[in-house]
Amino acid sequence: MGKVFKYGENVDTDVIIPARHLLTTDPDALAKHCMEDIDAEFADKVREGDIIVAGKNFGCGSSREHAPIAIKASGVSCVIAPTFARIFYRNSLNTGMPILESEEAVQKINAGDEVEVNLKTGEIKNITKGETYQAEPFPEFIQGLIDNNGLVNYTNQKLKEDE
Amino acid sequence: MGMTMTQKILASHAGLKEVKAGQFIEADLDIVLANDITGPVAIKEFRKMGAESIFDKNKVALIPDHFTPNKDIKAAEQSKVLRQFAVEQNIENYFEVGEMGIEHVLLPEKGLVVAGDAVIGADSHTCTYGALGAFSTGIGSTDMAAGMARGKAWFKVPSAIKFELVGKPSKWVSGKDVILHIIGMIGVDGALYKSMEFMGSGLKHLSMDDRFTMANMAIEAGAKNGIFLVDEKTEEYMKEHKNKNKAFKKKIKKYEPDQDAVYDETFVIDLSKIRLTISFPHLPENTKTIDEAGNIKIDQVIIGSCTNGRMEDMKIAAKILKGKKAAKNMRLIIIPGTQDIYLECVKNGYAEIFIKAGAVFSTPTCGPCLGGHMGILAAGERAVATTNRNFVGRMGHVDSEVYLASPAVAAASAVAGKIAGPEDL
Ligand code: SF4
Repeated sequence: MGKVFKYGENVDTDVIIPARHLLTTDPDALAKHCMEDIDAEFADKVREGDIIVAGKNFGCGSSREHAPIAIKASGVSCVIAPTFARIFYRNSLNTGMPILESEEAVQKINAGDEVEVNLKTGEIKNITKGETYQAEPFPEFIQGLIDNNGLVNYTNQKLKEDE
Repeated sequence: MGMTMTQKILASHAGLKEVKAGQFIEADLDIVLANDITGPVAIKEFRKMGAESIFDKNKVALIPDHFTPNKDIKAAEQSKVLRQFAVEQNIENYFEVGEMGIEHVLLPEKGLVVAGDAVIGADSHTCTYGALGAFSTGIGSTDMAAGMARGKAWFKVPSAIKFELVGKPSKWVSGKDVILHIIGMIGVDGALYKSMEFMGSGLKHLSMDDRFTMANMAIEAGAKNGIFLVDEKTEEYMKEHKNKNKAFKKKIKKYEPDQDAVYDETFVIDLSKIRLTISFPHLPENTKTIDEAGNIKIDQVIIGSCTNGRMEDMKIAAKILKGKKAAKNMRLIIIPGTQDIYLECVKNGYAEIFIKAGAVFSTPTCGPCLGGHMGILAAGERAVATTNRNFVGRMGHVDSEVYLASPAVAAASAVAGKIAGPEDL
């Protein structure tokens, strides 16, 4: 369960983690600057398990994997949006940063609500409002990637098979 | 059921006769690319995967272009990771400063991508090579690592939007104006998860450099890739830019969409109606034509980047700047995309025109495009840039502004001190 930080549409990778901070690959160093260009207080306020809810096309812009890495390292347990930019979508799944797509959840959840998500079923529970929303389930292939704990393990498996 | 150009390339690289939109496939890759920001992360993941050697030393390209020539110690450390890995893995296509260029300008120039290829790059503008009739798309560092290890990537086969280009663009109107117009029309998520496929009788009026610019910005409409039908101009370009490495023979394959290919939507774009177009802050979809721009005073102009740092862009800028001076207190920064373009500008006198106009004319780098170095904005400052993104804080301070435009508008604006077209001078 976590508290919700809510943002608008088209949250881009430049505000999630600005390029001026891309001189490191250390997740904790990146987390310190996560979201700072749209929400200077985010890094201070966010707690383990909190959830980001945002408008359509979340994560648009660059391919920097530093974006989902920074969000994950800041303690966020899930990002919920109606749609995600496609590279961000891939990067999240590949790096094990949970995301869910639900238009309804985004419309009904307010900033500060307490929300609980079930990644397996896609169920999103709004504890504050006593409501439940259903996110799109992942296709089988993606679920396999998630079950494998991301692309690193998947590739490790495949490399062994290739031998 | 018929397939789009993109679907045909994906099918052939997955060893399948047919693919459908929405299907998950694993495809063989012809080139796998990373830069000094995404490369170090990819190398870390590559090791975590337990991989020891890359799948093919000719098919991995590593290009330190973002913070290079290294802007500080941290940048130097990142470049070092890239360089050491290139040496360790005996990577043919590692380009050191001095032979380097901005990745998406350099790869086609070196003949490393040709029509029919499937390419991934840990950089969102990898979609640029669609101009050559290749399938190419941006991915993240973990995908890059898996690509280096196995020469394969997973894809969800995209559906597509067709852009039927007709008519001839009027004077000064370039590929940049066409793609900004399209993004203004469909929005920054207008092609989300999809291919943008460009064809039609108007294609012949667009140079290869125009097409590179357009394919480059497909990502700014959310697209997975942009791709152009191959014609004589494409073939001529590939002939002129053959890869010199004999061990690395590229096979050119032209794909046309099937007669009954399914497109989600078709837009007919009359090139003759497109005006000089500018994207206002802070989203590429906030477009206005030059007549609607109003009186916007600016502090800086950037001509360069993987969108508009090619020879034709330099030529247009030189034509406008010849014998003129940048406005007082204007910072005009011109950055050619590759060493070859840089040298050409020196040889044909463009460098002199630029410097006499009061410009900074530098070695290739991404530099200011991503707010890295070489022209960062202070609070309250405004820039006209030929780059591709005008997000909050993209070129510097969160209270600065970036206006995206063609080289013609950028050069004219530098002289006028405010947003202007070449006809306004
Ligand atoms: S020029 Fe800009 S958009 Fe292109 S690769 Fe470099 S940073 Fe990215």
